[in-house]
Amino acid sequence: MKTNEILKPTFWKVVSVMIVTMGLFSTYFRFSRGLGATTNLVDTAPWGLWIGFDFLGVGLAAAGFTIAATVHIFNIHKYEPLVRPAILTAFIGYSLVVCLLVVDLGRPENFWHPLVMWNIHSVMFEITWCIICYTTVLTLEFAPVVLEKFKLKAPIKFLKIISIPVVIAGVLFSTLHQSSFGSLYLIVPGRLHPLWYSSLLPVHFYISCIAAGLSMIIFESYQTARAFTEENGFHNTGLKMDILSGAASVVLIALIAGFLLKIYDFLNNGKLIYLTIPSTETYLFYLEIVVGTIVPIYLLSYRKFRKDKKWLYIISICVISGLILNRLNVSITGLAASSGVNYFPSFDEISITLMLVVLAIFAFKLVVKNFPVFVGEEEYEDTVNGKSANESKQIILSE
Amino acid sequence: MLKEKGILFDVTLCVGCGSCYQACKEKNNLPQTNKDFLKDHLSNNTFTVVEQYGKMYARKLCMHCNEPSCVSVCLVGAFNKNVTGAVLYDADKCIGCRYCMQACPHKIPRYEWGTTQPRVRKCTLCIDRVKAGKISACSEACPTEATLFGDMDQLVAVAKKRLKDDPEKYYQQIYGLEEAGGGHVLVLSPVPFEQLGYTSKLSKEPMPAFTMRAMEKIPPVVAVGGVFLSGMYWLTKRKNQIANEEKKTTNGNKEI
Repeated sequence: MKTNEILKPTFWKVVSVMIVTMGLFSTYFRFSRGLGATTNLVDTAPWGLWIGFDFLGVGLAAAGFTIAATVHIFNIHKYEPLVRPAILTAFIGYSLVVCLLVVDLGRPENFWHPLVMWNIHSVMFEITWCIICYTTVLTLEFAPVVLEKFKLKAPIKFLKIISIPVVIAGVLFSTLHQSSFGSLYLIVPGRLHPLWYSSLLPVHFYISCIAAGLSMIIFESYQTARAFTEENGFHNTGLKMDILSGAASVVLIALIAGFLLKIYDFLNNGKLIYLTIPSTETYLFYLEIVVGTIVPIYLLSYRKFRKDKKWLYIISICVISGLILNRLNVSITGLAASSGVNYFPSFDEISITLMLVVLAIFAFKLVVKNFPVFVGEEEYEDTVNGKSANESKQIILSE
Repeated sequence: MLKEKGILFDVTLCVGCGSCYQACKEKNNLPQTNKDFLKDHLSNNTFTVVEQYGKMYARKLCMHCNEPSCVSVCLVGAFNKNVTGAVLYDADKCIGCRYCMQACPHKIPRYEWGTTQPRVRKCTLCIDRVKAGKISACSEACPTEATLFGDMDQLVAVAKKRLKDDPEKYYQQIYGLEEAGGGHVLVLSPVPFEQLGYTSKLSKEPMPAFTMRAMEKIPPVVAVGGVFLSGMYWLTKRKNQIANEEKKTTNGNKEI
């Protein structure tokens, strides 16, 4: 790419540079002045936007383990083209989460303490270790893509040998910490609003992350397809409509499972009464359920919506919004009433978060541009059978 | 060997003089935070407060739980339960995740938000004084014996005796004996405790039990999950292999 092309200002480039600049200033203030001066956190609301955002970051990065398991453990190779985007998403998502965690820590210089100081009874300890291990797994899973580019064959061979145990470990680590984010709140039955508090919180978190993680991949595929069609032509990538429809079916199953579990939870614990009490929490709960569960279930149950790329894109946005609402409700809104303060994130909290999001998107684009992430399956398709390539509609967006 | 120590606070005896508040500040070298001690609240510079409810006064401080949430949730073990019964914090271990503040059923731990080296702050049950054979600063300062310091078993006996001897005077409950699994600060009051701002409706079960029920499922999930995934890998691979072989043979047959 030519330098003047990079420097050519577009709307998003200007906005991104502004956000990152503001974020850097905020980061400087955060570390030089402390949490009190730069956040709206108080003693009764000690966790805020940053922790909430960690929740969604991890939830939305969940496709890393589901797709890897589908392809490498269940040997459904149709989904192979989704593996690399999913792992890259997970890797970048987790990097973002780790950065934000360090920003949020009161004593960031002690971030390494969990490595040597252990309390195995702490959910937080388990999550920390799972995130460390899983980020290692993601590095190993994505390494071949980088090594391929530089034509290093020996390490790729070695990674191939250990690949199956690595994938299995990744699935287990993910299962544990995805659910454990819900377990964090098991110890506050008196604080978290009963609409969200449940002894099944870990299961709710696990099921919802599967649906949202896959939706994130559908969303990204659509975005990438749009970006690539303009430049290189998207038919070079292996993303086919039937693959995304297949992923959407899994989203549907996960959403229904999650919804049934919620119904069971409400009936079993006599929580239905809370649905009739008018309050901010109730409205937010309805919003979360309608946008994130009911609408997507309704739309996905129609074949024509499942097969249509534009509708899939809209549905994926719904499911992602549902997860974002859910995690923020659990970590912020659901605790507001019992804390007695109305927490709203400060400018610095928001600007640091936005900066990291912009950097994550930038990193994703950069890697996708320079490494074979959305790999062409063309050669493979052509040699094996030309028929299936015609059958499956490619997502090209120029209509 | 030290016996487990604790505090018994009796609302009916408290006159709201603020001696305990002042003694706590002096003992812990804490700066003044409010001219009117009755209007002050717990903070990084205030480990105990006296709150006014009509003609009654209620003290708030760390309850030094038997099975403390803060000890169980802290990932680096910066909190521990001392043999004296005190729940203590070690700032050198702390990474500042503030899960302890989120998890405490009594909402006690406070944070030094204003510094770049923040610590979690709360009552230590005067651990240094107790180790030196003295009683806590607040109970020493109390002119009416509303705050008693002593061995836990004796305090429980005293509290039970008071409830029994004067059933008209007291609401028949020892707050802190069973709440959230019980702790080392007991409270007696003439009225139900939620009227004095104490967290009510706490389970009698220690809070860490809520987490343990989920945590104890981890080993079986890992074991079953590991076996299941390995099994599925082997099975589906074998299935694909057989399918491929069959394809080859049928293709060959047709050609012949």
